[in-house]
Amino acid sequence: MPERPVKVLIAKPGLDGHDRGAKVLARGLRDEGFEVVYTGLRQTPEMIVTAALQEDVDVVGLSILSGAHMTLLPKVTHGLREAGLDDVLVTAGGIIPDDDIPALMDAGISRVFGPGTTIGEVADYIRANVRRDDGG
Amino acid sequence: MSAERAGRGHDGPDGKEHLDQGPEAGEGGRTQDRGRELAEKAAAGDRRSLSRLLTEVENRTRAGESALRLLYPRAGAAHLVGVTGAPGSGKSTLVSALVGEARKAGRPVAVLAIDPSSPITGGAILGDRVRMQSYAGDRDVFIRSMATRGHLGGLATSTAAAAAVLDAAGFPLIFVETVGTGQSEVEVAAIADTTVVVQAPEMGDEVQAIKAGLLEVADLVVVNKGDRPGADRAASQLRGMLSVGAQHDRAFGDRPRPKRPEVLLASAVTGKGVPELLAALDRRHLARLRASPEGGAGEAAERSRLARAEAQLAGILSERLRDLLRDGERVETTRATLRAIAAHELDPYSAADRLLASL
Repeated sequence: MPERPVKVLIAKPGLDGHDRGAKVLARGLRDEGFEVVYTGLRQTPEMIVTAALQEDVDVVGLSILSGAHMTLLPKVTHGLREAGLDDVLVTAGGIIPDDDIPALMDAGISRVFGPGTTIGEVADYIRANVRRDDGG
Repeated sequence: MSAERAGRGHDGPDGKEHLDQGPEAGEGGRTQDRGRELAEKAAAGDRRSLSRLLTEVENRTRAGESALRLLYPRAGAAHLVGVTGAPGSGKSTLVSALVGEARKAGRPVAVLAIDPSSPITGGAILGDRVRMQSYAGDRDVFIRSMATRGHLGGLATSTAAAAAVLDAAGFPLIFVETVGTGQSEVEVAAIADTTVVVQAPEMGDEVQAIKAGLLEVADLVVVNKGDRPGADRAASQLRGMLSVGAQHDRAFGDRPRPKRPEVLLASAVTGKGVPELLAALDRRHLARLRASPEGGAGEAAERSRLARAEAQLAGILSERLRDLLRDGERVETTRATLRAIAAHELDPYSAADRLLASL
């Protein structure tokens, strides 16, 4: 059986309208061989959880530049857990102050990528940390 | 609805024969248990299991296969609507509008949205959800993206199987949105009950409308973006050209008969024409259900069911064959044969005959 691609959801929670970074990341991860579900701007935590559930993704990548990360990101991780998606790797990127990172990690974000992160770093991190449930 | 159709205590066919082969033979039982568990839970309405099962089916695992053996007999009631058309013609937006229309009547709806995989890296951008956001939290809407993973023709290899899973999980209306198609990716017509071809205005003259290919497989042609100038004219041109050919209905005898598609004007953005489109789809479905097997509509329905069966069987057979040729000792013969063909020492037809004879 050929190795199947890792499936990643790239979502932008909240109200900021800057999705260039998310699109560049989506495109870059495509070139790294991932299947990337891109959902676009202004996602509520509920929309992100629904998409992650229905798409059965391995990874959820959240891009946030609005400053509302301390409110929105824990809502997403909480929603994912409630939906039974505990095994999904959740990462975040955007403008997130270092001081906030420990609390986000406590809330279930496994890694926060700051400005200047390369696509290669993100791809390597995902490959190394994704939890695949090999049922078949 | 899903619970009634789930039918507990179903005795599925035994998947043992196939599971005995291959490297995972010892784990066959466990895999089969997982497949059965996912199938039962998905059919009973558990969305997490449904989603997991779709992954197994998409990855063509043994668990997915054993689940399908259980679920296939429970499927077959849903109206499977294929939606195809050029990139940017508005398929996703139109499907989203149709989902909204069906939800107004409380009908559960599922969507399979196919996007292309990179032929170079295998990666894909699955972007159809961007246009289908409004249904988060509604458990009677289930949207799933699939990458083509090298399959040509507008669908993924496992699209028909995924649709059967959604059908068995109790979705009576399923939209299959193809990748953006060109002129001849008509595979969706083989797996769908009803095929909708979406056109945008200003996408070609009357000669485009009489070319063979995509438009020929349409049961319904939708001129989308009906709010744009020129949409009316495009619709009436299409009506004119698509109906002329079908007028001489005489003398087809046993030859395949061209379809006579309805042409509708819609605007997915404003919602104009969307209720009419859903109503047209429902009419077609009802007509097929009520048709006697001998009548014209009944024959057409039977033909399309057989075409779907053939497409699925052909896909599985070729996959099995490929697996056999890559299996254990045969893989060396297969490689040697490939090298001989590549070097033009052996023609591919004789090579195929030889390999088949050796199985």
